[in-house]
Order: sequence, then C-alpha cells, then structure tokens
Amino acid sequence: MAEIRAEMVANVWKVVAAQGDHVDDGDTLVILESMKMEIPVLAESAGTITTLHVAEGDVVQEGDLIAEID
Amino acid sequence: MLESVLVANRGEIARRIIRTARLIGIRAVAVYSDADADLPYVGEADQAVRIGPAQPAKSYLDAAAIIEAAAQTNAKAVHPGYGFLAENAGFARQVIAAGLTWVGPGPEAIEQMGDKIRARNLMEQAGVPVSPGSREPVTDIKAALAEGERIGYPVMVKAAAGGGGIGMGVAHDPADLNAAFDTARSRAERFFGSPEILLERYVQRARHVEVQILGLADGRVLALGERDCSVQRRHQKVAEETPSPGVDHALREQMLAAAVRAGQAVGYRGAGTVECLVDTDAGSFVFLEMNTRLQVEHPVTELVTGIDLVEQQFLIAAGQPPSFDPAAVNPQGHALELRIYAEDPKRFLPGPGTITQWDEPEGDGIRVDAGYQAGNTVTPFYDPLLAKLCIHGADRQQTLDRARDAVAAFTVKGPKTNLAFHAELLDNPQFVSGDYDTSLISRMRPN
Repeated sequence: MAEIRAEMVANVWKVVAAQGDHVDDGDTLVILESMKMEIPVLAESAGTITTLHVAEGDVVQEGDLIAEID
Repeated sequence: MLESVLVANRGEIARRIIRTARLIGIRAVAVYSDADADLPYVGEADQAVRIGPAQPAKSYLDAAAIIEAAAQTNAKAVHPGYGFLAENAGFARQVIAAGLTWVGPGPEAIEQMGDKIRARNLMEQAGVPVSPGSREPVTDIKAALAEGERIGYPVMVKAAAGGGGIGMGVAHDPADLNAAFDTARSRAERFFGSPEILLERYVQRARHVEVQILGLADGRVLALGERDCSVQRRHQKVAEETPSPGVDHALREQMLAAAVRAGQAVGYRGAGTVECLVDTDAGSFVFLEMNTRLQVEHPVTELVTGIDLVEQQFLIAAGQPPSFDPAAVNPQGHALELRIYAEDPKRFLPGPGTITQWDEPEGDGIRVDAGYQAGNTVTPFYDPLLAKLCIHGADRQQTLDRARDAVAAFTVKGPKTNLAFHAELLDNPQFVSGDYDTSLISRMRPN
C-alpha cells in the first residue's frame, strides 16, 4: 500500500484519476494549484487506486493524504 | 494633486504605493480579501475595505467590488499596481466612467499593447526592431506548421493575449511544435480567455533587457534607463539589475531611443516598460512586449536615478509636470533586485506557510519592499513574492558585496524561501562575471 501525500498547501485544481483506476509509476493522479503554479501529483508505484481523498476545489495542507494505491 | 487614491492590489506593491501616496499627502485606501486582512499594507493605509473572499476572481479581480469600495470611501483615483486588473482596458474604462482618475495609461494604449500580435505590428511600423514572427493570430496546428516553416526554427510559441511566461514553449522542429502548440493553446484559453497563438523566432543566447519609459502629461516620452532581467526560472524573473552588464553605450542609446518611439506610437502616458531580447552573439535587440503599468522591478531604476516612479505616476495622472528635470537625469552606481519568493531554493516549488520569524537586513544601499511581517500567513491563493531585496552600490562589485551580506542577514522562518538560491546566485561565476543570459538558472539546475 502506497500513500500519496500533498507536498504543500494547495488547492485541488483537477482530479485526473478515479478510485478503482489502475495507474503506472509516474501517472498523474491530481493537479494541485498553489501560488499561480500547477503542480501534478504523480503515482510513485504501479497499482490500483483504492481510495482518493480529495475532490476538485478542496484545499489540502502539507502532508494531507491525497490517494492510496495498492 | 490628487486628494485620494484607492490601491486595487495587495502585498508588497500595495504597501509601496501607499507609502508614496501618504508621503506626498494623498489619502490612501486599501482593499483586501479575507486572506490578507492582517498584512502590513492594510494597516498602513488611511482606510481599508474588505472586498471579498480569498479567491482572486471574487476579490482583487472583482471590478465592481473595487469601484464600490472607492465610492464607499470617497476615493477619487484608482492605482492598479501590477497584475490583477492593471492591464485590463475594460477595468480602466469602468474606473473612468465612474468619474475616477485612472493612475495608468489610457485604455486604448493598454489594448493596443495587450494584444501581442497587434503590438508587434505596431512596433514594426514605428521603426522598433521585432523578430521574425506572426503578423496575424495562429489558430490551428496546420497554420502553426506553415508559420514555423516561414519564420525558421527554433520558434517561441505563446499566447497572443498572454503574459507572465504562462504556456510559453520553445519548438526546435515541427514535432516539437505540435506539442508546444497544444500546451500554449490550452493555457491561453484557460488563463487569458483567448486561444490565439503567436509564433516568434527564438533567440538562443539572449538577455532579457527592458527599458523604463515615462509618458509625461505634456505628451513627451522619456526613457529612464534599462534593467537586465535575464535571471529567470519558468520564464519568470528572479533577479534584475541596472545597468545591464551585457549592454554597451551604443546599444543602450539605440534601445532607449526605440523605447521612446514605442511609447510615442501609442501616445503613452505614465510609467511603462518596453521589454526586449538582446542577442548577445549579434549585439542586437528586438522588441518583445510592452507592459502598460508599474513594473515589479521598478525599484532598481529608482535607486540609480533617485526618482520616485510612483510619485511621477500620481503627478502625470493629475496632469502635472514630473518632480524632476527630464534634462538632468543622471543614473548613479549600480542596483540589483532579488525577488524573495515563498518557494524551495532547489526545485522552485511553492512553499506557503505561516511566518514565525521575519528579520530584514539593514545598511547602506539596502531597501526592502516587503509584503509580509512575522505572524502573517502566506497563502496559496496569490503569487509567491514575499519581498524584494533591493541593493544600491557605487559599482557592480560593491552592489554584489552588499547583496551577499544582505541575503545572509535576511531571516524568514515558516514558509519555504529561495534565499539560499540567491546566496548561490551571488557566488555563481557566470553571474558574478556579468556574462550570463536567460539560460543561467537552467544551467545552475540541470536535469
């Protein structure tokens, strides 16, 4: 089980992947927006997204859980 | 003189404008979003009005809310700062229609320069050099490929209505162009509301050098020297200096004369900036774009000339002559601005947070234009600029020496900052030699 967490305070601009999707290492899961910059959040291993913890428009804090991949 | 002004902006630039307004006896009104209620500029204004929630679209970009705030406080003028609504001709028209004084160039000049293709064509007619590029908007990939062929690779692909480096990309061949065109078009639509694209010949070893102009109330246009803005990441400026180490006397004279012609071509009033690319191999320059507002890096020009540019903006808006003798402008020494961003110093990724410690450097030739103080929270809603550390010295070497000490003495705790990057920049042999171009940071951070 891999946990993907936010690296910084940001707004969730786009959710690209969905719960249940199979993803490969490096695939974009969500795109955050902070300080006028888009920051893609990537899968760090291959697997299935078991839980997606964010929705578009959410504000995440540094360290918040974004997705779990199994 | 103007009796009062509403500053339609936030952070360091709102504070900087409010400082001059109060100094010369203009009542200053601040506006703020919920995210900014505690920032220094709000407390330093004579009055402050909340205009909405943190999201820019519901506050600093809400023209109606800003004009309503001016009515509420009986403010007689609006200064837009930079960014947000500063280059929005529609907003300038609304301000004027509400019977207020717009502290900026006329809406027509904003419009003519805001469309980058129209601006290029206009500059070419005015005898200002432009690089080979599009004379009309490019709207599909087929037209883009034909333009690429005609202009010659490499080409820069960018939004015709754009700015701030957003969506810009370089294409070295037709395959690159396919990808760069898609990116530029989607960003152009999202950020600027127009899919129109412009292609321009890309200058390989280029310095980004701009000229400060001032269109006076009597119609004369002055050029107040250049600023070298070649230290960039993601096509955005990180440090600026004047004079440019890459521009000799003859080239400077040509650039200043061209910038005056550019301003005259649009009947420019107020402070503006003519941005150029200098081809360091050929020793020539081309027009890039004109920013019809006060520039972020205006302090370096103020430090060497002793002229308060915001004061001149107020005087010109009131129809008055400048506070200085245009025939006696005589820049002294060297000045550098380092942009202190809330971002990590390695990858330059945003790092907002609450400021637990904020200690600014002091000393000879040091000026800090800061938007924050200890206790403030830097939020993800706005750009990452925390402060501008500006340094003036008798020559470039003394300026860099003072800058090293100032960076070492600047302490910010809480958010991430790029102060460590600036320390590295000031010791970088290429930067220190003065012989650098816009690829400097990508060479410091290869990957």
